[in-house]
Amino acid sequence: MTATQADERAVTSAIVDVVVGPGEPWTHVLARGDVLRIVDLEGNQAVDTLLYNAHDTADRYSAADTVRAQHNVFLTTGSRLLSSEGTVLATIVGDTCGRHDTLGGACSAESNVCRFGQHTRYMHNCRDNFLHGLRPLGMGKRDLVPNINFFMNVPVTADGRLDIVDGISRPGAYVELRAETDTLVVISNCPQLNNPCNGWNPTPIRLLVWGAG
Amino acid sequence: MADETVPPGAYWSRVVRRGQTLRIVDADGAGAASLLALNADQPSERFNAPDTTKIQNTIFVTTGRVLFSDLGRVLLSVTADSSGHHDTLAGFGDAVTTAAKYGPGRYLELRNDYHRNARDNLVAALGRHGLDRRDVVATFNLFAGVTVGPNGSLDWVEGAQRPGAGVDLRAEMNVLAVLSATPHVLDPSPEYRPGRLQVTVWQGPPPAPDDPCRTASPEAVRGFENTDAWIAGSAVAGAVL
Repeated sequence: MTATQADERAVTSAIVDVVVGPGEPWTHVLARGDVLRIVDLEGNQAVDTLLYNAHDTADRYSAADTVRAQHNVFLTTGSRLLSSEGTVLATIVGDTCGRHDTLGGACSAESNVCRFGQHTRYMHNCRDNFLHGLRPLGMGKRDLVPNINFFMNVPVTADGRLDIVDGISRPGAYVELRAETDTLVVISNCPQLNNPCNGWNPTPIRLLVWGAG
Repeated sequence: MADETVPPGAYWSRVVRRGQTLRIVDADGAGAASLLALNADQPSERFNAPDTTKIQNTIFVTTGRVLFSDLGRVLLSVTADSSGHHDTLAGFGDAVTTAAKYGPGRYLELRNDYHRNARDNLVAALGRHGLDRRDVVATFNLFAGVTVGPNGSLDWVEGAQRPGAGVDLRAEMNVLAVLSATPHVLDPSPEYRPGRLQVTVWQGPPPAPDDPCRTASPEAVRGFENTDAWIAGSAVAGAVL
């Protein structure tokens, strides 16, 4: 689906339409065929996202399998989001941002300390959000794996340097996922304040879901 | 303490205690060695490729770099590396990718030369330790060159393999090391040809205060502060440097 076609989805027909504040988690099960739109309302907001096969949550998003299968580290329209067991969990069917990261992982208190210093130990982080988002399902840390960072920009240079730099997103940019099987989605609207992944100012996102029918 | 040859296609696992060094040698130059590392005393803590690469600002992990866990601590330090080509991005193959590339390769015809794959190997190895597929995450793939092109392409580096290339990994906590001697998932060879891995474990001297891995960067210094603090506060870790 092109961006133009996606623009024509009627917001009024969405079965979910919520705004998730910065630093907050969101958990939802998409039925096969449902489309989830994630809108970066104010621009440059990293949206950390994990996906699981809703019927077998040990079958979960695999960043490595996803980039290996498409021979490219960036996610955009057409990217198939694969699981650890080779299941296509979702396909990116719309993208007005251009590309998204799946190498950088989520922020945690622990990685923040290494990267930015001991003073960041008690700052809010995506690891906490993921644990809170999974808690109602009886899932925990063993279920946390490297995730997708929608709207985050992580270029890798020829000499292997990897940097989290200013985003290429902008206010109103969105990405759309079509669930290819019943898929549990857990989102952390990233609270990171220590690098430019959120433009130094974490902001709300809007989430819309259209039913398969 | 250990000196073994892991046959092509097989898996190996062992707890490498804090201060011991694990040497892995690519005996046949096959570039077929996927390594998973977990905290042996608390295995929900495990290797984390994104944290390893973003904390050290590089996808190339070689001498002087370390493998980070998902709790900001150091599992393994790379104290020597005569290969220089290790992959942190591409993951590993499973039954489907292996059959698609190499054909069925069944036990029926091939007996113990059948086409084993990394995912099944890792699950079988972890099963011995009471762990399962939820404990399998992306591996550190030794002796395989993978780079990222200007447009994000994930590219295989031809000719990176060399028989006898080896890497020394010093355990910074008690590490459950799991190794699968199966082909790298991006290896373009149409022939299933993993090689033997020579695996040695020995007790080395304690690292010096100016140890290159412990002092490589402010980020590494903090990683070791976290690690040492956990060891000091942990009744299970035992060995203290």
